[in-house]
Amino acid sequence: MLLIRCPYCREDRSEEEFSCVGEAHIDRPESPGDLSDSEWGDYLYMRTNPRGPHRELWVHTAGCRRYFNVLRDTVSYEILAVYTIGAPLPQPPGGNES
Amino acid sequence: MEKYSLFSLVKHGRRHHETWQRAWRDPAPKKSYDTVIVGGGGHGLATAYYLAKVHGVRDVAVIEKGYLGGGNTGRNTTIVRSNYLRDEAAHLYDFALKMWPGLSQDLNFNVMFSPRGVMNLGHTLHDLREIERRVNANRLNGIDGQMLDTAGVEERVPLLNCSPDARYPVLGASWQPSGGVARHDAVAWGYARAADSQGVDLLQQTEVTGIRVRNGSAEGVETSRGFIAARKVACVAAGHSGVLAAMAGLRLPIESRPLQALVSEPLKPCLDTVVMSNAVHCYISQADKGDLVIGAGADMYNGYGQRGSFSTIEHTLQAVCELFPSFSRVRMNRHWGGIVDICPDACPIIGQTPVEGLYFNCGWGTGGFKATPGSGYVFADTLANERPHPLAAPFALERFATGALVDEHGAAGVAH
Amino acid sequence: MHGFAGDTLASALLANGVTTVATSFKYGRPRGVVGHGAEEPNAIVQLGRGGASVPNLRATQVELYDGLDAEACSRSMAQRLVGRLGRFMPAGFYYKTFMGAPQRWTAGIAGPTALWTASEHILRRATGLGHVPAGDDPDTYDRFNRHCDVLVVGAGPAGLAAALEAARSGARILIADEQAEFGGSLLDGSFNIAGQDASNWVADAVAELAACADVDLLPRSTVAGYYDHNFLTILERRTDHLGLVNPNRTRQRLHRVRARQVVLATGAIERPLVFANNDRPGVLLASSVASYLNRYAVAVGHKLLLCTANDHAYRTALDWHRAGRAVAAVVDCRDEPHGGLVDAARDAGIEVIAGHAVVEASGKRHVTGAVIAPLDPGTDSPTTRRLDCDVIACSAGWSPTLHLSSQTGTRPRWNEAAAAFLPGDVGDGAICAGAVAGSDSLRDCLEQGALAGATAASRAGFGSGRTTFTAPEIDETPATPSRPLFLVPHTKPVSRAPKQFVDFQLDVTAADIELAAREGYESVEHVKRYTALGFGTDQGKLGNVNGVAILADALGQDVATTGTTMFRPAYTPVTFGAIAGRDVGEFHDPERHTPMHAWHESNGALWEDVGRWKRPWYYPRPGETMQDAVNRECLAARDAVAVLDASTLGKIDIQGVDAAEFLDRVYTIGFRKLAVGRCRYGLMLREDGTIFDDGVTARLADNRYLMHTTTGNAEAVFAWLERWHQTEWPELDVYLTSVTDQWATTAIVGPKSRAVLGRLCDDIDLSPDAFRFMDVREGHVSGIAARVFRISFSGELSFEVNVSAQHGRQVWDAIVEAGAEFGITPYGTEAMHVLRAEKGFIIVGQDSDTTTTPHDAGMDWAVRRNKPFGFLGDRSLDVSDHRRDDRLQLVGLATTDAATVLPEGGQLVDKPESEPPVPMQGHVTSSYYSARLGRSIALAMVKGGANRLGDTLYCPLTDGRTVSVKIVSPVFYDPDGERQNV
Repeated sequence: MLLIRCPYCREDRSEEEFSCVGEAHIDRPESPGDLSDSEWGDYLYMRTNPRGPHRELWVHTAGCRRYFNVLRDTVSYEILAVYTIGAPLPQPPGGNES
Repeated sequence: MEKYSLFSLVKHGRRHHETWQRAWRDPAPKKSYDTVIVGGGGHGLATAYYLAKVHGVRDVAVIEKGYLGGGNTGRNTTIVRSNYLRDEAAHLYDFALKMWPGLSQDLNFNVMFSPRGVMNLGHTLHDLREIERRVNANRLNGIDGQMLDTAGVEERVPLLNCSPDARYPVLGASWQPSGGVARHDAVAWGYARAADSQGVDLLQQTEVTGIRVRNGSAEGVETSRGFIAARKVACVAAGHSGVLAAMAGLRLPIESRPLQALVSEPLKPCLDTVVMSNAVHCYISQADKGDLVIGAGADMYNGYGQRGSFSTIEHTLQAVCELFPSFSRVRMNRHWGGIVDICPDACPIIGQTPVEGLYFNCGWGTGGFKATPGSGYVFADTLANERPHPLAAPFALERFATGALVDEHGAAGVAH
Repeated sequence: MHGFAGDTLASALLANGVTTVATSFKYGRPRGVVGHGAEEPNAIVQLGRGGASVPNLRATQVELYDGLDAEACSRSMAQRLVGRLGRFMPAGFYYKTFMGAPQRWTAGIAGPTALWTASEHILRRATGLGHVPAGDDPDTYDRFNRHCDVLVVGAGPAGLAAALEAARSGARILIADEQAEFGGSLLDGSFNIAGQDASNWVADAVAELAACADVDLLPRSTVAGYYDHNFLTILERRTDHLGLVNPNRTRQRLHRVRARQVVLATGAIERPLVFANNDRPGVLLASSVASYLNRYAVAVGHKLLLCTANDHAYRTALDWHRAGRAVAAVVDCRDEPHGGLVDAARDAGIEVIAGHAVVEASGKRHVTGAVIAPLDPGTDSPTTRRLDCDVIACSAGWSPTLHLSSQTGTRPRWNEAAAAFLPGDVGDGAICAGAVAGSDSLRDCLEQGALAGATAASRAGFGSGRTTFTAPEIDETPATPSRPLFLVPHTKPVSRAPKQFVDFQLDVTAADIELAAREGYESVEHVKRYTALGFGTDQGKLGNVNGVAILADALGQDVATTGTTMFRPAYTPVTFGAIAGRDVGEFHDPERHTPMHAWHESNGALWEDVGRWKRPWYYPRPGETMQDAVNRECLAARDAVAVLDASTLGKIDIQGVDAAEFLDRVYTIGFRKLAVGRCRYGLMLREDGTIFDDGVTARLADNRYLMHTTTGNAEAVFAWLERWHQTEWPELDVYLTSVTDQWATTAIVGPKSRAVLGRLCDDIDLSPDAFRFMDVREGHVSGIAARVFRISFSGELSFEVNVSAQHGRQVWDAIVEAGAEFGITPYGTEAMHVLRAEKGFIIVGQDSDTTTTPHDAGMDWAVRRNKPFGFLGDRSLDVSDHRRDDRLQLVGLATTDAATVLPEGGQLVDKPESEPPVPMQGHVTSSYYSARLGRSIALAMVKGGANRLGDTLYCPLTDGRTVSVKIVSPVFYDPDGERQNV
């Protein structure tokens, strides 16, 4: 039962208020028409799915309804950082992001 | 391999059970194998068994970082059925289903397959429409699907709340009599023992730490016990598929999520079939020991911790109490989690990767257990012949480029 | 049977001489009470009868109340037979048989699974403990969300000391204990603190805590689960000690606690000795014998033999002796026990036999004596000795109750000195204190507890972390170290000795564990699963450590290498109802009602569940069948006027300079050129090119649009729009507001709709030229400010009147009244579906599924591929699989027999009769009887259907009949769309 700090509300709230959308920073390609089927398929479906620090997109569904990013360890479930959309990427401790 | 039977039990009983042989060897790893299978769960062990038995490929090692069957094989709710909607999935799962009844004899190990029927409840007109579509498709595919009305449901599951006043009343159900449950550990052990007797090396407590790729070809695996060379590397490690893919520089369309389950304390027989409800979100059966075995939905975030959120358990038990009001005073003994591969179309990925000699069998999501025999069979065939088995062909990785997904969310049993 | 206030069911049973409480499943052996708390494996009872009955309670935890009705959870069915064949049923026996004869023997007689299925049937009836209650639960439950600075788990000496220290810092404290009284182990023994009976210290501590405003004491409350980020669940039993049913109070409450800090003072559970026939009634834990004696004034027999590997258990013999009962001997497993307690026993005239252990219990139905033997007999053959007794109290040591600490994923660590698993690293959110941390003296427990309380409070921001606590004087003397002993060797090898039980409930013996190891089940998890060790309702609280150590020995490795299985929540079982809380019945996924709900109800509507909404399905009149009612409703809409509650459609207000650009990106069609006051139909795609949602969007002003979504997708669409705006296009000036609940919508449908609306509205020009199809106007309807759309989901002239939700019912009533003279007829979702199907309008999610593209649905007309940005999902329309000619495409179907209505979900095939597998050509998505057309109509998705008009297909039904159909255009009625322009 994660306790998540919403970077907009600035409060620690229980995970039931939030929804996890999935991996963060999967930017929509600028010109989809220029991509091959395979490149487009990569954007749509392929995920890094790391064991360890993972950047995720969350939304405070039952709160401010703002989307934000969470850097979370997928093994310990520890939340290493939360940051707003467009903010500089915080690095995981040790920097060994896989 | 010593044959197990009532006679062997009596024979050994007279000897105070002092002379039973090992179920499988504990071999030292060889320097190289023809095929290395990464993952000693049901699917991996079945793959090894069929490789050896059907294709004569006996120079095989199964590498398991923990103990055999310790992943999702030993953590799932053991439901076996084949009532999938799309032809491709229905053919694959039904091929597997038809292997279950003969499996105990084939392996000489009682996997306790119990075809007690699987029921998928419909609570809305939309559900009924989807069930009708699926049952009709099943019948045309030779699968024993039936439609039940509310009375038919009530007759088979007397404790189910079939009142029209329920929040989501039971309007009907699909019913697959040949589906059921099996004993999960026995499946892993049965395949392990049978594979071992065919000469397959089972390497437990051996962790794969890298996949060696040179010039686009897999050459073997780095392990906690040293490098093991292989002509083919086959990854069958549900939950950790993405980690293995990354070792070969690949990404997969898979996310690893916690999937939770729970059991009640043991009860006298009260539920003789498997009941699943997609709309109210739970699936439930009763184990031979008497425990109610209940499956929850997958958690919303990625996790390798084999544990999920308590709120998922709460939602599931709300559904259980809603469907079975008399279970309200029953108590939960234990809940736990597995790590499942969540794939965009709720279907597996079986076959070759862009790396020569590197194969994956993964992405089975929340329901891979039922497919164990079929999955192992078609994957062994794919490995041995270096081309997809016809039943596996639609599940190649390429479908995520072409768009030919096999969408089975409706039949997956739980929302994810 | 009589008992006393404060008794448990177990103490009352023992006081009344009931010593056999169960029969073992596998061997049919009598079993007695072993423990006195959560560890009890045998005394499992069903309380009460009927719907209020509770299965599988431990008699040791059931508080006595007047009229208590309990029954042992018997497993009598096959036990005699099974008992005799037990010898041939080692661990895992069922994996080795019941596989059935080879198929060649049984071909045509029975399937290969028949033998197992038949055996399973018998086995199932023999297994299981209690019965499911026979009826609905009469009680209620609730859940309680709470926060605290420090949660103290366990109110024994360490927990109380921790709570006191933390409370003095001013922190907000919760302290929970599973027992009815606080005090933990102090309740069971005869301890002195500061020269007084320990109960005085407990009473003072509880009084001080109770006086603190920010301390909440929770007795009868088991901390069941410890989850990530310091979330814990506590099951509080509020009425179970009063009786079976309590209509005036919630029976149990699940506290959902988010604690800044947790002090785990969960204590330890005594470890039994494993010796031959150690399951005989009369063999108990030493601490349990003491507990029954000291706390409940019950002597569980007459002559006690204590077998111990440590000093603590001597107290049991001393207490027994003080109670005036005979002590046969203290059999001490250690070679040279000495110290205060040992001396006290000797001083009391109790024989202390050192270096020995009980190797076998005598007696069939109950203990009548013990056979003892030296543990290290050297080279001589062991000399055994039999002592008479009717109670064997045993203590091999203590197992810290580390379940909670390991639930978050921390592996326990073996500690050789303590001969026990201790909690692993619990991180900086929790502290273990007292016996759970391996502490084995009362003084240590108190000091550790106090330090833990102070530290936890300080970490939570209270106090300095330094403890003010000075341990009171405690009467303790140095002890002889305990001897690690997990299996008492019998004179015969394990495989041949009488059964040495490790797990009583599941009949797992030392021989079973050795057998598992012999067969290669070497991982502790394999052994657990192969033998069922620890799978009982006690979850191995007694047997786990002995089992692991016996396995380690069999494998020739140490216990640390062997490791332990992981502990999963719950610590002790938790009632399903308590976990569900109030979210059952009417509160299970609460219904959503439109403002007009009560009208529909009083006008006889039957309901369809659409998402969480209750929508009127149809309004049968007396004597009407569903088809009659739907026919009548449809004809009213086609011929006169009908009215539909369309309030459930999702509505999103979209404003901003870039609103048009935003809409252009999320819809396949363009909105830039849409004139103010006009509406346009849009299709929304997922990024994979499949249809996600559809609906009409109106331009209300230059920079303001109102989007309609489907009822079921309203929330998903809103979240989707927010996501793209916030994550990908934050530069767009656009504001999104969900206004679904703010509006009530009444659709007036039919050729007379203009006349009806005209009676209620005088500030909108309703004439066909002034208020055209796909126009939106603002004005007043029945005096209420309204937004009126001239849009149609039926193909008829239609006005959708939107007013603020609070006026919804008033305006609905006014419209119904104004329409009375035209025969205005309310219609529900079923007629709505028929009307739209007659026109070939799709329902997203019914006619389309998650694989349907706009092209598949025949809706290329709604797709603009030349917009500057494109739109979400556009690239996917070009992937190779989406360009196949044989994809499922939307068509109409006409049955050859006009009266036959196809089932929705029916599959279509090319040939009327063939054996499976039959290739399928598509399926029926919508199917109705059309009263207007006097025949059945259907929509279907058919492979390459767009080019197969006129083809004949067949729809095999589940009842064996086959219906032939012809592929036709999906537009059955008014193909030129003239009726909406009347």
